[in-house]
Amino acid sequence: MTAAELDAIHLTLVLAGTTTVILMLLGTPLAWWLARRSGNLPALVEALVAMPLILPPTVLGFYLLLLLAPDSAMGALWQQLTGQRLAFSFSALVIGSVIYSLPFVVQPLQAAFARVPASLLQAAATLGATPLDQFRSVVVPLCRRSFLVAACLGFAHTVGEFGVILMIGGNIPGETRVVSVALYDYVESLQFAEAHRLAGILVVFSLALLFLLYRSNSHPRMGEAR
Amino acid sequence: MSALTLDLRCPGADGFVLAVSEQLSLAGITAVFGASGSGKTTLLECIAGLRRAAPGSRIAFDGERWLDDHHHLPPWQRDIGYVFQDARLFPHLNVQNNLLFGQRRKRTTGSPTLEAVCDWLGLHALLHRAPDTLSAGQRQRVSMGRALLAGPRLLLLDEPLANLDGDSRRQCLAALRHAIAASCIPALYVSHDAEEVSHLADRLLILDAGRVAEHGAMLELSSRIDSALARDEQAAAIVRCTLAAHDSQFGLSELHCEGNRLWVNHLPGAVGTQHRLRIPARDVSLCRERPEGTSILNILPVQLDAIEPGDAPRLLVRLRVGEQHLLARITRKSAAILQLKAGDRLFAQIKSTALLTETAEPA
Repeated sequence: MTAAELDAIHLTLVLAGTTTVILMLLGTPLAWWLARRSGNLPALVEALVAMPLILPPTVLGFYLLLLLAPDSAMGALWQQLTGQRLAFSFSALVIGSVIYSLPFVVQPLQAAFARVPASLLQAAATLGATPLDQFRSVVVPLCRRSFLVAACLGFAHTVGEFGVILMIGGNIPGETRVVSVALYDYVESLQFAEAHRLAGILVVFSLALLFLLYRSNSHPRMGEAR
Repeated sequence: MSALTLDLRCPGADGFVLAVSEQLSLAGITAVFGASGSGKTTLLECIAGLRRAAPGSRIAFDGERWLDDHHHLPPWQRDIGYVFQDARLFPHLNVQNNLLFGQRRKRTTGSPTLEAVCDWLGLHALLHRAPDTLSAGQRQRVSMGRALLAGPRLLLLDEPLANLDGDSRRQCLAALRHAIAASCIPALYVSHDAEEVSHLADRLLILDAGRVAEHGAMLELSSRIDSALARDEQAAAIVRCTLAAHDSQFGLSELHCEGNRLWVNHLPGAVGTQHRLRIPARDVSLCRERPEGTSILNILPVQLDAIEPGDAPRLLVRLRVGEQHLLARITRKSAAILQLKAGDRLFAQIKSTALLTETAEPA
């Protein structure tokens, strides 16, 4: 394996890891809010969260590119604060990935939170637990598996990202050139042997992750809740 | 003695409104009694802070404001212990950690220890079990223990025996009663079962369509012929008796009540202990003369105190025995034939099967 390929794999893992951490931090309160509220606003937010599931990644990438460009408000502000360009940077990839993989984290969490009986939270409240304490000591343990599912799906989906990255990240080695983009390069220059190697790595990685995830499914915890 | 001041309005479904303005002096067990839909659970949820009452409502407990126009103390800051109808044990924790959940978060001192609570409720053998391996009765006992260990100043029990029947119901009732008495924490106990109420309650709050119909001491209210309890098919008087002797030859125990002898099935208690006897009105019949040659053992001389007015086919009659009262439900036709009126001296016959449901008075 070449140094460039190892670079691409390393970058992909860092991007997916960073994105997953941010997604878990943002997605958990968002999913909790969506699971406990109903009305027009939550429905609209839920629809927005689900948009990356159906939009072509190029559409999302296109708007993100406009948003992050140096002449946009956000791009200019970023440049002022950091002295760096935002578009075609690693940071841009993280922003794009967070939006692109959001539904894969929020939806399993939201479904799990909705299954936690409100009656158990009432019981915890009468026993002296504040809402945050109720979440930590009742909801989190009951939804432990869904947190695992959400993190794995968020991670795997970010690894498999291509369209958004190409639109807002380009193909800068060590900065934005992730495995899927490197693979595209190989195919475009007809280096099929190298392409096979990268494609094979992605297939094995994805299969292994999903296999481990579904195998751990044999002990559902929520089924015990009443 | 704790004081609970309620000035509550809480709208529910279908135009139902709970409206309670009451000053409750709480000691021992106060039963909240009423038909389904009379607002019992709503009342408990308002007291616990699990349900928002309408603006203008007020709750204060021992001088501490729990609810008024400027203030809504959340449930986790009210020192309550709540036992729900469906137990609500945490499925991811074993019995011991369920029990300790509230204790780890309590804000008060001097609550009972895990050891004591396990003794009261018979939980020692269950500590390492998962909640889904428990029977319904065991779950309620754990739920009760969990509430007690949270160090409450007020216990709220919402029909904890509703999902139990037969022996497990009786055992659970005895365990709850014992635990409440041993912990010395005042309790509000919601029930729609007149028999359960008469076993447990020291005081009674009767709700009817969201309003307080009656509120007072159990023994006094249970002997009234015009109360909501009297309308119940299970209407019964409660009398206090002293266990006088055991008759092992016939398997009976002798009780003394206001200078009269009563025979009941063998009681577990010691001679000299106080017992509470529940005598259902439908099991009491009346005679002008002392009946001779009858199989009925328990015959008490009584004085007729009052007859329920109205023209229903069956009437409730209140009878005086010394300082206490019995109730009898007889047909209006019998009342006419016997020409019953207040002040008459009569004999009350009590079917012995009626006396099976005795409970020991807490010391």
